[in-house]
Amino acid sequence: MTLSVKMRAAGAIPLDVAFSVAPGELLALVGPSGSGKTTLLRSIAGLWQPDQGQITANGAVWLDTGAGVNLAPYQRRVGMVFQSYALFPHMTAVQNVTVAMDHLPRSQRAAEARRLLDLVNLTGLADRKPAQLSGGQQQRVALARALARTLGVKPAALLLDEPFSAVDRATRERLHAEIIGLRQHLSMPVILVTHDMNEAQTLADRMLVIDHGHTVASGATADVMSDPQALRTMGIREVAAMLTARIAAHEDDGMTRLDTATGPIWLPRVDGAIGAVTRVRILAHEVMLSRARPQGLSAQNILPATVLAIRRGDGPGVMVHLAVGDDQILARITRRAAQMLALAPDDCVHVILKAMSVARNQITAETSKHTPPGPV
Amino acid sequence: MDWTALFLSLRLAGWTVVILLPVSVFMGRFLAFHPFRGKGLVEALVMLPLVLPPTVFGFYLLTSFGRNSAIGAFWQDLFGHQLVFTFEGLVLASVIFNLPFAIQPAQRGFEAIPRGLREAAACSGLSPFGSLWRVELPLAWPGVMTAMVLTFAHTLGEFGIVLMVGGSIPGETRTIAIAIYDRVQAFDQASAGIMSASLVAISLFTIALTYWLSARVGRRLS
Repeated sequence: MTLSVKMRAAGAIPLDVAFSVAPGELLALVGPSGSGKTTLLRSIAGLWQPDQGQITANGAVWLDTGAGVNLAPYQRRVGMVFQSYALFPHMTAVQNVTVAMDHLPRSQRAAEARRLLDLVNLTGLADRKPAQLSGGQQQRVALARALARTLGVKPAALLLDEPFSAVDRATRERLHAEIIGLRQHLSMPVILVTHDMNEAQTLADRMLVIDHGHTVASGATADVMSDPQALRTMGIREVAAMLTARIAAHEDDGMTRLDTATGPIWLPRVDGAIGAVTRVRILAHEVMLSRARPQGLSAQNILPATVLAIRRGDGPGVMVHLAVGDDQILARITRRAAQMLALAPDDCVHVILKAMSVARNQITAETSKHTPPGPV
Repeated sequence: MDWTALFLSLRLAGWTVVILLPVSVFMGRFLAFHPFRGKGLVEALVMLPLVLPPTVFGFYLLTSFGRNSAIGAFWQDLFGHQLVFTFEGLVLASVIFNLPFAIQPAQRGFEAIPRGLREAAACSGLSPFGSLWRVELPLAWPGVMTAMVLTFAHTLGEFGIVLMVGGSIPGETRTIAIAIYDRVQAFDQASAGIMSASLVAISLFTIALTYWLSARVGRRLS
């Protein structure tokens, strides 16, 4: 039930993209505002029609401008989560979910809706109206409604249009964690539109970077994050890599010790049980490199690493790809510094991370991406 | 108290509301959601009865309903009697002069529904009719309700057009407003006073009913 999208449009919103998303895969569509990412998502839902395009979901044709096929949104099996929640204000939370279940037998709807509300952690709030719910709770209802639409039907797709941009930061972090937890239940292709690189990197399997409606880069998240072409669009300061670490101890001074493949690091209090595996987002420009293990340094997070590659960009900087165990992390240093250190592939170096440079929202619970997706 | 006239007025208002309810919903929704060329002109035409003197409007209706007009001749062929100076003619005139009251508030009601909600309805699998019935109408209901109450109350009170198109035939076209005028002409101040007071009471009651109903809908939504 792969979702394949190919479209082209001229005019005010130019588009020229082609991509596909596999079942259970989460693709992040990223790009600056006005790049056409939301328009692209709306086209998949059928809310906007490109000049030319084909959209097929598991062989079912949703749009084929050449053949004159253009299914209305309600004929496509898409669950869509809108930036502004768009809940029906006259219905309770559970009614908002059941309204998207017309394809299920009437007798199943109420129980299924409650199960979905439980899944998005809204147990006990089913009979509230949207106005009685917080922004984060409303967005959870919206997510449950979108899931309801895809329940038990193939082909289906889940579309998320900047779903976390209207909620406060703390809620956003919680929702991110919940999405990661939900992933194992999602068996349909998922597309997330976001301008938040942290969000894209922590949630997505693959990324598609677009600018002015054109594909700038596409591929596995880690690869796109180190692609110089993509970096120009996303901004160099957003370049980052994910480091896997296990929570080892919550120290008395408010720090948490995490064990990585090549040694411990300390970060300001990370929520999670001892032994839980997390992924920490390390921004490339916050990473320093040293040949020798540094002494007398305020930074305590020093990890041995191996240089994999050194890539030059247009500017005065270079991007150093480093292996820390099985993870790859990125360091952005100046070309001058790279020359002084005489860095070359396979060299052993020390990576220095400033504890305070890792924001709390850049730490996420380990996803169970590799487990086979179960039914929603 | 001319009970026949009062019941005739209520019957006229009732028929007008029944005919205009679907017109209100579909025209109001159409004008709210679909931009098209000449929309301004259509909206102006709908509003025209509001600004024209009733005698002018009544005069045009009288001429276009008359036996020599296309509508009048068609009616005559179909039912064997003329359209002017009949209750049916009055209903038709009433439907036309109430268009602004029936359409405008409903249009505002539909316009108040955020576009995102209609898109969410479509993405939730609701067909256009399903979206109308389960999402749009419950939200636009205060507007549609206001439209119907205004239409009802306005029909009870209309005088000039009724007189032009219907005259004052007891039991056929003499509404309560016309009866009041007749009583005053006959220096029967007492009857005119009672009927006027009744009309005030009925109008007040219908308006209060809408306010109460829309407040209830408002509570339901929040």
